[in-house]
Amino acid sequence: MANEAVEHDKVLEKAAEWKAGGKGVALATVVATWGSSPRPVGSQLVVEEGGDFVGSVSGGCIEGAVVTEARRTIQDGQTRLIDYGISDETAWQVGLACGGKCEVFIEPLE
Amino acid sequence: MKSALLEQLLQDRAAKRQVVLVTDLTSGEGQLLYPGESEGDDELLSAARRVMVADKSGIVELGDGRKLFLHVHNPPLRMLIVGAVHIAQPLSQMASLAGYDVAIVDPRREFASADRFPGITLIDAWPDDGVEQFAPDRRSAIVTLTHDPKLDDPALIKVLRSDVFYIGCLGSNRTHGKRLERLSAEGFGEADFARIHGPVGLDIGAKSPAEIAVSIIAEVTEALRRPARASAAAAAQ
Repeated sequence: MANEAVEHDKVLEKAAEWKAGGKGVALATVVATWGSSPRPVGSQLVVEEGGDFVGSVSGGCIEGAVVTEARRTIQDGQTRLIDYGISDETAWQVGLACGGKCEVFIEPLE
Repeated sequence: MKSALLEQLLQDRAAKRQVVLVTDLTSGEGQLLYPGESEGDDELLSAARRVMVADKSGIVELGDGRKLFLHVHNPPLRMLIVGAVHIAQPLSQMASLAGYDVAIVDPRREFASADRFPGITLIDAWPDDGVEQFAPDRRSAIVTLTHDPKLDDPALIKVLRSDVFYIGCLGSNRTHGKRLERLSAEGFGEADFARIHGPVGLDIGAKSPAEIAVSIIAEVTEALRRPARASAAAAAQ
């Protein structure tokens, strides 16, 4: 639990730091999970406009896809609510190997 | 999320405030709620209080159709044990397993040795100074185990002036009665006494140190997860 908290701290602080440095930043948060999802609800990933990111929303399975969507959010300023899981064709390619499902909310840091 | 909101959230976290970040999943609007510090009981605040106490973030759908994500930002759970006595050994281990960062304060070095308490923070200080070093907060539990007034009382006097969620004191009913008399003389009253669980632990007939530790962990858990019920039980003691 404590480690989890520490990790959160760094993610949000990195978001603030990037933003203060003049970069476009988006925040991705796991808002729901079903089955054996590797990261709990509340897990976060922060992405800057160049594609650098910190944090995680899965065991590495969907981070690439989330970073791509997050960069779109940085460009268009739109929030996104995306399901990742085996029932979704795109996500099948992205692949949550654990067979779990999760819903990720992506928002710009304004 | 607005930058100003993020800054406030980071400040709250640094100050170890319990805060719930509410995000509207349709509009992206965000706000911070402090259910532990606010009295009201509207639908949103009640939901935020529920997820905060359960320490479980999640989506809620309100009566007006809004779909919100409630993100709990709770400071880490901590426990301070006063007295590196035998019961402190299983208690510190069980509390660690239950997710607490545990510290033990005892000025008697032969008790508070790293051999007896591997991996646990040991504070080699008089208990009132130990409490100050520990800096208790809303997410802290304090258990006094020495049942020696000159060690337990200074810690209790400090702790009663903080907003810890649990205070438990080892000792029989008689010992506890005398303890309350001494605290009265220090200016504490009924409202303070109602916060103290004494004798410590749920009444499950525990005998061995490990069993007593189980009863204490169970009572601390109830105080954390069902705060209203646990405080009523303490007041009835």
